[in-house]
Amino acid sequence: MSMSSGEKFIKAIKFGILSPDEIRRMSVVNIVSPETYDEDGTPISGSVMDPRLGAIEPGQTCPVCGNTMRACPGHFGHIELALPVINVLFVRHIYDILRAICAKCSRVKLPPNEMERYRTYLRKLRERYPLLATRFAEYLKRKAIKMSVCPHCGAKQPKIKLEKPTTFYEVSEDRKEMTRLNPITIRSRLERIPDEDLELIGYDPKDARPEWMVLTVLPVPPTTMRPSILVETGVRSEDDLTHKLVDIVRTNERLREHIAAGAPQIIIEDLWELLQYHVTTYLDNEVPGVPPAKHRSGRPLKTLAQRLKGKEGRFRGNLSGKRVDFSARTVISPDPYLSINEVGVPIDVAKVLTVPERVTPWNIDELRKYVLNGPNKWPGANYVITADGRRLDLRYVKDRKSIAESLAPGWIVERHLKDGDIVLFNRQPSLHRMSMMGHIVKVLPGKTFRLHLAVCPPYNADFDGDEMNLHVPQTEEARAEARVLLLVQNHILTPRYGGMIIGAIQDYISGAYILTSKSVLLTKEDVVDLLAAAGYVGEIPEPAILSPKKLWTGKQIISLFLPEDFNYHGRANISAGHLRCDDIECFWDSYVVVRKGKLLLGVLDKKSIGAEQQENLLHWLTKEYGVEYAKEFMDRLFRMFIRVLEKRGFTMRLDDVSIPDEAKKEINEILMEAFKRVQELVKMYLNGELELIPGRTLEETLEIKILEVLAEARDRAGEAAAKYLDPFNYAFVMARTGARGNILNLTQMAASLGQMTVRGERIWRGYMGRPLPHYERDDLGPLARGFVVNSFFSGLSPTEMFFHAAGGREGLVDTAVRTSQSGYMQRRLINALQDLYVEYDGTVRAADGSIVQFVYGEDGIDLMRAAHGKAVNIERIVERVVGWKM
Amino acid sequence: MSEVTELEKLIEERLRGRVPAKIVEDAKNVLKKYTLTREELEKILEMIVEEYENNIIDPGEPVGTVAAQSIGEPSTQMTLRTFHYAGVRELNVTLGLPRLIELVDARKTPSTPLMYVYLDEEHKYDREKAAAIAREIELTRIENVTLRVDVDIFNNAVIIELDPEMLADKGLTIEDVKKVLEKLRTKKARVVISERNPNEIVIQFEEGIDPSKIEKLRDRILKMKIKGIKGINKVIIQRRGDEYVLVCEGSNLAEVMKVKGVDYRKVRTNNIKEVEEVLGIEAARALLIEEIMSVLEEQGLDVDIRHVMLVADMMTRTGTVKQIGRHGVAGEKPSVLARAAFEVTVKQLVDAASRGEVDELQGVAESVIVGGYIPVGTGRIKLVYNPYLKESSFQ
Repeated sequence: MSMSSGEKFIKAIKFGILSPDEIRRMSVVNIVSPETYDEDGTPISGSVMDPRLGAIEPGQTCPVCGNTMRACPGHFGHIELALPVINVLFVRHIYDILRAICAKCSRVKLPPNEMERYRTYLRKLRERYPLLATRFAEYLKRKAIKMSVCPHCGAKQPKIKLEKPTTFYEVSEDRKEMTRLNPITIRSRLERIPDEDLELIGYDPKDARPEWMVLTVLPVPPTTMRPSILVETGVRSEDDLTHKLVDIVRTNERLREHIAAGAPQIIIEDLWELLQYHVTTYLDNEVPGVPPAKHRSGRPLKTLAQRLKGKEGRFRGNLSGKRVDFSARTVISPDPYLSINEVGVPIDVAKVLTVPERVTPWNIDELRKYVLNGPNKWPGANYVITADGRRLDLRYVKDRKSIAESLAPGWIVERHLKDGDIVLFNRQPSLHRMSMMGHIVKVLPGKTFRLHLAVCPPYNADFDGDEMNLHVPQTEEARAEARVLLLVQNHILTPRYGGMIIGAIQDYISGAYILTSKSVLLTKEDVVDLLAAAGYVGEIPEPAILSPKKLWTGKQIISLFLPEDFNYHGRANISAGHLRCDDIECFWDSYVVVRKGKLLLGVLDKKSIGAEQQENLLHWLTKEYGVEYAKEFMDRLFRMFIRVLEKRGFTMRLDDVSIPDEAKKEINEILMEAFKRVQELVKMYLNGELELIPGRTLEETLEIKILEVLAEARDRAGEAAAKYLDPFNYAFVMARTGARGNILNLTQMAASLGQMTVRGERIWRGYMGRPLPHYERDDLGPLARGFVVNSFFSGLSPTEMFFHAAGGREGLVDTAVRTSQSGYMQRRLINALQDLYVEYDGTVRAADGSIVQFVYGEDGIDLMRAAHGKAVNIERIVERVVGWKM
Repeated sequence: MSEVTELEKLIEERLRGRVPAKIVEDAKNVLKKYTLTREELEKILEMIVEEYENNIIDPGEPVGTVAAQSIGEPSTQMTLRTFHYAGVRELNVTLGLPRLIELVDARKTPSTPLMYVYLDEEHKYDREKAAAIAREIELTRIENVTLRVDVDIFNNAVIIELDPEMLADKGLTIEDVKKVLEKLRTKKARVVISERNPNEIVIQFEEGIDPSKIEKLRDRILKMKIKGIKGINKVIIQRRGDEYVLVCEGSNLAEVMKVKGVDYRKVRTNNIKEVEEVLGIEAARALLIEEIMSVLEEQGLDVDIRHVMLVADMMTRTGTVKQIGRHGVAGEKPSVLARAAFEVTVKQLVDAASRGEVDELQGVAESVIVGGYIPVGTGRIKLVYNPYLKESSFQ
């Protein structure tokens, strides 16, 4: 468990094929009995449930190793096959080898005088370019296969045919008779191949003699890997592998008896075939051309190959990814009063998850308290591990007091999770490293995990029922790494584009905008209230307005949190359209200027403090003053922004998207005009007067033109509606500042939804010549093809509602299809690139140390540190130094 | 004047050799714009060096995983809408996720091959001259200039009526078509221009036409190439600034580069494999980077080019373009376990067994499987602090 010197590491794994000798050597029992249990339910010795195969019952001691069920690893047995059978998994190889060797002398059919040369070449390649060595061996194999006369003995070669799955035929030279090659013949041919020859065609003669691909002895895996399940009724249900093994043993014994009794050849052949079938399906139950072995219920059996394969198979399901202890999962909900790097853990969860803490003179008193509290009272402890390694379960200890007293340095207490512990917090799909970050625990009442809203973007989380996972690191090394590398503040900047991924979202932006607007003046009470929300300790600045009443601006408040030597200038999000400003001279207050840590001009909105932005105020603060500062800054300011909204009220209401009658009229006129133009286009189309777009058909041209006209009409309707909307209504403020929504959303709410499309086309599928029976056939007008005149405010007509649903459905289908595609692509990318790392010399290397890039990214720059991928942003450095007077 | 040179001299002195040349040049260009005191300038230069040194990547950084995530994560936000107009309304181009997958798959041909053909000085400013080249490049088949094809079974003749408008548009004469048709090498036949109609060509066969093969014959005639380059199905002339550019649907880099009047240095295709064959692996890498970047940018996704470069380098580092996946990078890893954990598990294990392969457990996937240290990031560092080491033993 710990980093003691007794640690053992696997250095390498060699793959090979088990030889019959080896199978016998590792076997503890020869399996001969097809019956597994006798009447009283005891396993029969010499059956596939032989007790020597491993202890599986609790309390049973293993007759081989003497361990109980817990410690006995299980032991292999073996079946002596009456006649050899082909191992299906190797048929391809057997087929290749049979063709590559001489049918008579079993030498690899390569020119004898060249073999030595190939051998030295192959050995050299293997040392330097292993991949090329396998390729060369493959080439030699193909070459040998092509030879029709043996260069060693001069025998003419018969053609060898493989009839899937496991039958081989030999077609003699005169191309007439097909003789079947039985496994015995095949094996004897393979046996005679010299070791030196095998090496040339890419096989390892030491650990993978080809004759071992034909089974004469079958290993029987220990019972531990095929446990039987006891159903409540007392009926035993055996594992699929056990079933298959029983089949094999039964057929094998029958075959043996028939041979002994001298049964006719045909019966023996049949049984041999059956044995082959059982062994085949035992190894792989999805071989093409073989009917899969079925369970009594008709379900195909899950045999060896199926256990390894696929997402839930041994490799991907159990070896590359494992189930873990010390984890929790529940629904998430927001809590703006947490720090961004905290997570609210329900008390019930905190009582189950534990942290092992070693007793020292400094924590012994505290740990005693936890032990006294026991498993049911938080903060308590669930287990105590004594110095000699005994584990005491506090649930079943009557006298916790005595344990608490006997606590001594060297003991370990598995105490409850408490405030300040570090945990890993994760939301699936874990698409990037920000999907799993380190959080500091804050134990809270309730049943949900609580998290700060600013960490929603990296997790891509919302609170419509999302669940998240939590893991408690158990070793000191893991905890140290989590604290140094994984904490949320270390991921404020993303390596994807060298910008922020954590920042203000939604209400934080609205709040920031309102607080920093020019029109907002704060009384002393307001100021104190806001600063209290931010947890500010210090002097209140000189008020901006002294008389008749002392009043402060929001910008003054923000400035209290900025470092004194900080300079910044840049456009705000609202700097668009007629509010656009490109320099300090800005009437609309849409150009942000910070000089010497004072916010002088401009409102704060998405551009300067928002998430997923680059080279903005928050980004420079993070980069220049450190992530701890940025964390603190966000914690404090964001709480203040929320307070601003709480004090003032900020709600989008229906009125925000209602427009006066004259606006409605205007919009109607715009739409009618567009409809008229569409009618004209249709008329031109019908008369064949429409001018073609080169490379498009007449119909396509018409559709493109109509879509253009209608899209423009919708935009103009939106503009018309926006004209009548109060620029300071809440919905509009949110859209302008980038807090939520955009002008298109507003247009759809206030003016008109516009054209609904499916696959980029107007909706036309459904009936003959019309999408719905409400319209005339071949009506090409806007309404009959899914144009929605109404807005969400005015409400949709039934047909419009249908078209809207059709367009919406496409979006849903699209997302569903896309996630699987991009998921697979990402898996492949990860698999191809995961071994790359930066070496101390600055090169990028693959797992074997080979160089992929001489300098990472051609300049060796860490993306998380370089703002937006620039190695050094000189303009910014100039601003840092002389920005205060610019 | 002297001020500028003095500034440059100072910059050279302070930065050269300490930061990459590009930053030195940048500094010269940027700092020229400001009026700075000597003191401020010194400070700025100092900070540039400090900033650069600060931004250098840490050893051990798992840049591969970061790159894969940085490309994979935003791809979930891409639209699946395959087609998009590529500046031209006339052409559809595969974009978004399908195109990205196509690129990392290293497909032999893209689903919508496309070429941008720039012209040389002589041709690029004149629409007519550009059109002439376009005609030369565009693949014209009989079917493109034909109005009607009749098969006269009684007279053993095939009558082809040509479209004079199309002929003119393609810059062809009926004689050209006739010459092509004469190459039809099925049976003995005479090709004549009809007397009744100057736009009709009659192919008179000597033997009878097998009625069951009429369709086939017709198709063969229609598919015959009159002129143009194989693969270039459509050419559109586009104006870009003051020059004309040919946008081609379909791609055949080697042939188009040979055409006279084409600026072969600027011809561009979106077919990676073709570029690899014609221009070499470095060109293929550069194109791969450009194509992936443009797909991402078109979708409004901000991904740093360094990630894309790493992917492209992995795909091209063996000298041929390799797919990201089973038949390429991931399938050729030296580790058996890594391959088995990816795809086609059983086959990998069986092949490894027969070859007697050894897994050295150097990669990430293998280390996870055997429970070893992960050989990237902190897992690579083998330095251990020994608190019991006496100070004296350092000497």
